[in-house]
Amino acid sequence: MKSTAHLFTEQARAALADDSLQAALRRAKSGFIDKRAAAIAAFPDFDGLRERGRRIKDHTLAHLDHYLERFADAVEACGGHVHWARDADEARRAVLDICQRAQARSVIKGKTMVGEEIGINGALEQAGLEVVETDLGEYIIQLAKEPPSHIIAPAVHKTRAQICQLFAEHHGSTAALREAPELVAEARAILREKFLAADVGITGGNFLVAETGTVVLVTNEGNGDLSLTLPRVHIVLAGIEKLVPTLDDAATMVRLLARSATGQEISTYTTFVTGPRRANEPEGPDEYHVVLLDNGRARMLADEFREMLRCIRCGACLNHCPVYSAIGGHAYGWVYPGPMGSVLTPQFIGLDGTKDLPNACTLNGRCQDVCPVKIPLPGLLRRLRDLQFERRIIRGPQRWALRLWGWVARRPRLYHRLTALAARFAPRGAARRLPLDPGWTRSRDFPLPKGRTFKSAWQERQRQENGHG
Amino acid sequence: MSVNTGGPRVGLFVTCLVDLLRPNVGFAAVKLLEDAGCRVEVPGGLTCCGQPAYNSGDLTDARALAKQTIQALESCDYVVLPSGSCAGMLRLYPELFAAEPAWQSRAQQLAERSYELTSFLVDVLHWDAVEAEFPASATYHDACSGLRQLGVKRQPRQLLDKVSGLELREMRDTEVCCGFGGTFCVKYPDISTRMVDDKIANIAETGAQAVLAGELGCLLNIAGRLRRQGSPVRAYHVAEVLAGMTDDGIGGEEA
Repeated sequence: MKSTAHLFTEQARAALADDSLQAALRRAKSGFIDKRAAAIAAFPDFDGLRERGRRIKDHTLAHLDHYLERFADAVEACGGHVHWARDADEARRAVLDICQRAQARSVIKGKTMVGEEIGINGALEQAGLEVVETDLGEYIIQLAKEPPSHIIAPAVHKTRAQICQLFAEHHGSTAALREAPELVAEARAILREKFLAADVGITGGNFLVAETGTVVLVTNEGNGDLSLTLPRVHIVLAGIEKLVPTLDDAATMVRLLARSATGQEISTYTTFVTGPRRANEPEGPDEYHVVLLDNGRARMLADEFREMLRCIRCGACLNHCPVYSAIGGHAYGWVYPGPMGSVLTPQFIGLDGTKDLPNACTLNGRCQDVCPVKIPLPGLLRRLRDLQFERRIIRGPQRWALRLWGWVARRPRLYHRLTALAARFAPRGAARRLPLDPGWTRSRDFPLPKGRTFKSAWQERQRQENGHG
Repeated sequence: MSVNTGGPRVGLFVTCLVDLLRPNVGFAAVKLLEDAGCRVEVPGGLTCCGQPAYNSGDLTDARALAKQTIQALESCDYVVLPSGSCAGMLRLYPELFAAEPAWQSRAQQLAERSYELTSFLVDVLHWDAVEAEFPASATYHDACSGLRQLGVKRQPRQLLDKVSGLELREMRDTEVCCGFGGTFCVKYPDISTRMVDDKIANIAETGAQAVLAGELGCLLNIAGRLRRQGSPVRAYHVAEVLAGMTDDGIGGEEA
């Protein structure tokens, strides 16, 4: 996917002016937040569970080479194949090779963010394959030719009216406004045919279990199960950070994931897949492949952004971010939006085209509070700002204003003389316009100083008290 | 007012925003601390805690301002700030000096003695003998750094509960950011405005006559937007209400 993260400001402005997007975002926000809060209130010690989740991921990341090898051995032992991809290109080629060897013509997909990260749909279509998304949200945005705007609710930005319109265009059904169950039934009827005809099923993997070679897949629609049982070939796309050591660890992570993502105790379908169909099994694929993607993750493992690799893609940080709630996911311009995306995107596509992402954040800290694996997201975003400043990606007036302010603030006598002057000569009340103001007074008055600074008024009070005493 | 000469020596760091834009908050803090039995000093050599530099990636200036602040406040028993984010910044100083152990230990000593005002009064001094009157309804905005970094939530409410005439009406989403975010509000004014509008809608929904907070940055943002909209809701720092030192609010005409 080509990044438009460098157009963040314009995209955010357009999003704020888009009434139907705003309506969709408002509805989604309260739903996610309230459901999560209820699920966590019903759990005896959710913070203890978060701590366990954090430890499991930290331990795995500290020994990732070991667990990756164990996982790969276990997958091979049960008749599957593991493909190592250093970058998006290698991952795409691995998938294409598998499809071509299987002489596949049609591919169905469960939801996979790594699939978005490597742009797999475009690559498959270019090679002449038909690709159909089977997650309802993904299916809707595939029809609309849009990227997902949320990592677990890809079409969260769409209103029911827009979906009715899309279905009418693509299915030839009525354009009248219809209820959700009717739309779901229509999509289901169409997707059923695609499921039965597909040669290859591609899914993501929420967790990869090292001890057994199992892939854990979490969905609410059952489309993941159909995608991996009906076609001849099943391909799992996953980042190397998805490992957990044991099935017990996977169970802990699933409890964290469902509650944090959708406020469920457990997702409707939680599937454990281990290898292709055995001789005595009635269903399942003949071929089973796991494509493990690095794409910058190994570098993160070695640097100060390692903690970001704990991320289990639950979306809680998006749902609780007031900036994401105001502008939605597309404004961020690449695959991963919101707080987690603002940390990840610069890792994957570089600091240069992503200047706004770490800065479009008030550091309010709500994302860190809700993160199921306690990733210090505000701290990581601030660290990215350090790197931007260090590498002079922050340039021009912004840099010089900061340095000038710093120069004055490091000279207390000069600083107090200047502020005393400003306080003395400023008009009273609040300003509707300010000179050199980059944006405050467009929508807000600026409360002005009132004649004296605290410092000068305090010094006078001290003089008076000493004089009288 | 009586000044207890046996109480702890408290260095008051009024913060750069209070110093320039709302000195009344500083004097209100002095009154509260003296009422609570402290000997208040306002050390020289202070300007800004360095938070804008730190949050903008300018670590050179952040370190220089941290050193300046550490030196100025080294002789006080406690350091108190009428701001959760600035108190939070002082608590973060040790992180700035990973490569300078001597400074790191001085930063650590300062961090351990530094408190946000309401949390100092309630948690350290166990004082809530507020004598003030505010015959109006008010709602309290939980500023993010104080709330999440320092756990400031119940302390201001415990103190406000003692203010005679004050009716506290909690707003929806009181823990959600108001859209100030330091330089965020001028770098992304459209998003910031949308966030402060949400905050103001929640304030309006309570019907409260005033909005209070422990963070002047948030208050300038909220008050500035209220003024622009011609709203009669007034904005005060919580210290002003607790000290009984309210005028016509932040951004008002009264000197």
